[in-house]
Amino acid sequence: MGATTHRAPSAGTGPARRLDIGRMPAAPTALLLSALVMVIAVEAGSLYTIGAIRKALLGGGFAGWWVSAAFVLLTLMSTMIALPLIRAFNRWRDVRRAIARNDIVAARVARSEAHDRSWIAIGYTFAQFIVVLAVQFLLANNQAVAKTFFYVPLIVETFPLVLKAFWVNIEIFVVAEVLVLVWGLIVALAMFAPGTAGKPLRIIAAVYVDVFRAIPAILVIFLVGFGVPLTGVPILKDFSLTSYVIIALTLTVGAYVAETYRAGIQSIHWSQTAAARSLGLSHMQTLRYVIVPQGVRHIIPPLLNQFIALQKDTALVNVVGVIDSFNQSMLIAANHYNLSAVTTVAVLFIAISIPQTRFVERMMQRDRARLRAGGV
Amino acid sequence: MAFIEIRDISKSYGDLSVFNHLSLSVDEHEVVSLIGPSGSGKSTLLRCINGLEAIDHGEIRVHGDRITGPGVDVNALRRDIGIVFQGYNLFPHMTVLGNVTLAPIKVLRLSKAAAEERAMALLSRFGLANKAREYPDRLSGGQQQRVAIVRALAMDPLVLLLDEITSALDPELVSEVLNIVRDLAEEGMTMLLATHEMGFAREVSSKVCFLCDGSVYEEGPPDKIFDEPARERTRAFLRNIRDAKRI
Repeated sequence: MGATTHRAPSAGTGPARRLDIGRMPAAPTALLLSALVMVIAVEAGSLYTIGAIRKALLGGGFAGWWVSAAFVLLTLMSTMIALPLIRAFNRWRDVRRAIARNDIVAARVARSEAHDRSWIAIGYTFAQFIVVLAVQFLLANNQAVAKTFFYVPLIVETFPLVLKAFWVNIEIFVVAEVLVLVWGLIVALAMFAPGTAGKPLRIIAAVYVDVFRAIPAILVIFLVGFGVPLTGVPILKDFSLTSYVIIALTLTVGAYVAETYRAGIQSIHWSQTAAARSLGLSHMQTLRYVIVPQGVRHIIPPLLNQFIALQKDTALVNVVGVIDSFNQSMLIAANHYNLSAVTTVAVLFIAISIPQTRFVERMMQRDRARLRAGGV
Repeated sequence: MAFIEIRDISKSYGDLSVFNHLSLSVDEHEVVSLIGPSGSGKSTLLRCINGLEAIDHGEIRVHGDRITGPGVDVNALRRDIGIVFQGYNLFPHMTVLGNVTLAPIKVLRLSKAAAEERAMALLSRFGLANKAREYPDRLSGGQQQRVAIVRALAMDPLVLLLDEITSALDPELVSEVLNIVRDLAEEGMTMLLATHEMGFAREVSSKVCFLCDGSVYEEGPPDKIFDEPARERTRAFLRNIRDAKRI
């Protein structure tokens, strides 16, 4: 370094610098006009589509005051996208007025609001556009799409049958989930078997996890469901078909869950092990009382995600002929040449999985909040 | 015969030598402080005494029994040798009472009632009785470290190893932890502590060992080590500490 003192270039003795955040803003005319054009175009499309729905309903034998009421209601709702646009227009006028009286602060505030409102109008208009497109798809080809997937009379008629078959899915995944929890933990603990004596166990566990994570679930179901009865092994060959698929799913998902447990156990800092061992607790006692209880808390969200995946995988059991909801709905689809019963199955799966995913998300949020708060 | 007899031990991680023919002895009811620069092996030495780390050569004897090498029941060893860590290492999923009673119940096979009675007696003695039902994350650092000491004491150990137990604490919390150690020293608990608290080491210890280059570079009574260190590196170390106003 030289002898001279280095200073920032602006730190001289000249006049003090002022913050420069721009001049008088311009009114966002182009943005407002774009939003206006979009709103008009989408609203026209909406009105046309609502008219088509009404015609379809009347043509389909649905008549009465409620059709007209729904028509009026839908029309009103479709015009809601104009509301932010009106606000945007008012703010836009405020900008012009503020510019006229040279009030730079008011102009900035109004411009910012006009800008935001315009974008809000565009956002909602775009969403409505997507809805219009979807409805148009359903109405296409003389409502063939709607009738193929959402034929209400068939849905109502076959609902009891599909729901009854859905209980098979529920039975399979509930039993499999319980088994997976236990089996996954056993495999995970085997992966941590200590010392040289534990090495064969560690290898077996690792091979099992690798193999069963690699094989597609549908293959395992097929191999177990058809293969085991063929072998004629005593006791095993007399299980029900449902038991085979439960075993198959447990084997497959158990491999994933074992990995999840392992990650949970490894996520616990080694100092916890040191503390437990230093008190004289054995390897197994340390795992049981200190490490696993903490690890399990960390892995509840990923575990629930795996359960949701397992629930959906129960639809694969039709390959061995279990009459679950999907299989039942395919039979109905073949008989009626219509897929509405399959839609019922989809809706049932949606109904059970969305609450669970929301629950997992909330739990993860809570965990993150707790982490931020410095808790454990 | 000394209570803890560390004889000529060596240990290395790959090329990095941690102990190089280190020998040290601790008598019963004696408090020995280990001081020395970071990385001089103070913590590792404590961890070797309770079997958390293995040594490569030499041996460690407690009461004449060899506790290193093959054939040693480390679980039994650790029952009688308590250790307290710099980072407290309490079990976050258990209450204070759960932390203190876990090992007495599972390892010493005490009944739950007996373990809790013992735990409450210790907690009361150290002013923590009202925290028994709290979880560790609701406690201050000083309280957590006191609980960790109680957890080690609940096993009724023959010797207590203290591994820089005040290094993670805010300065105003240090004294509440050191008061406990002072109490235990007066009571005659055999202790071996790794520490950076020179003033405390001087006050409480019967012997101070300066560790350097993997062995005990200089040892002696605290007044001798702190006031007239005989060897050059001890003097340099203490000079640095004094320059930093930490003594």
